[in-house]
Amino acid sequence: MQFDSFSAFINMGGYGFYVWLSFGVSTALITGLIYSSITGHTKVIKNIATRQQREDKLRKVRKDRKNAQTNTQTNAPNEVTQ
Amino acid sequence: MWKWLHPYANPEVSYHFTGRLIPWLSALTALFLSIGIVWALAFAPADYQQGDSFRIFYIHVPAASLSMGIYLGMAIAAFTSMVWQFKLADASAAAMAPVGAVFTAIALITGAAWGKPMWGTWWIWDARLTSELILLFLYLGVIALHNAFEDKNLAGKAAGILTLVGVINLPIIKYSVEWWNTLHQGSTVSKLGKPSMSIDMLWPFLFCFLGFALLVGTIICIRFRSEILNRNSIRPWVRTLVSEHLSKHIAQEKNNAVR
Repeated sequence: MQFDSFSAFINMGGYGFYVWLSFGVSTALITGLIYSSITGHTKVIKNIATRQQREDKLRKVRKDRKNAQTNTQTNAPNEVTQ
Repeated sequence: MWKWLHPYANPEVSYHFTGRLIPWLSALTALFLSIGIVWALAFAPADYQQGDSFRIFYIHVPAASLSMGIYLGMAIAAFTSMVWQFKLADASAAAMAPVGAVFTAIALITGAAWGKPMWGTWWIWDARLTSELILLFLYLGVIALHNAFEDKNLAGKAAGILTLVGVINLPIIKYSVEWWNTLHQGSTVSKLGKPSMSIDMLWPFLFCFLGFALLVGTIICIRFRSEILNRNSIRPWVRTLVSEHLSKHIAQEKNNAVR
């Protein structure tokens, strides 16, 4: 151990402000980067999921419409005869 | 001879491979960084000239050399993607850019905080500092280009050209302290054979350096995986992966609601 007491450790031989500024800013930047990387991953997964759900819904609507169309087409002659 | 490498060119294989790598990398990072930082702050001897302000060195030097190392990695990735049309290389270059930018910023800020007590100024427009600032702008430009295009192949090409042009800056940073008269001191660690440092100062440095390098590797792996998913979102394997993730998420929420 290079320091006799905790206050000496904080003081860093008079350079405390500069040393702790460097270590503090570095810690803040790195934690920010780690946080954004991890949340970015879940965000990507969520985005893909919502896009997939939207596509599935569109596909279903299109299918339903197509079914409805074919139904009306087959029903049409009957309606005329009635 | 290089055939064992081929499976890793597959996005799915690399996604799962990096996923298995991350826990090991992060555990090693925590180990080396905690030992290195505590050793550097409390146990390493003070410099005979610079006193305890010299402890900034333990972040400043790893951050600065990693900022250049990441750029070199990004340039190699950009080159492979350009020559061999290898799309995963673009994903890795896009993953590296933000990490490199953060480490360049750390090198600049810790350098300023070290310069103030030692040189009497936070900033000076000399060769080393200016070229490192240009490196930060190159990183920011590359990040902006990666995000500027909806089409990721086009974005990768544009960012790749900027990356390769910017490589000229690396030797300028590296040799700036030898080519020009600057306030910045010459290198202490990377002198071949004989580092001009005492052993009890060098050991904590090696721990810090390895710790930061592992940290960079971990973060790049995390970002690389997001890039892979983003670029392969219509592939069936991504679809099944996402729906599995979602069903797990929904089950978890149900569990929480029952509790």
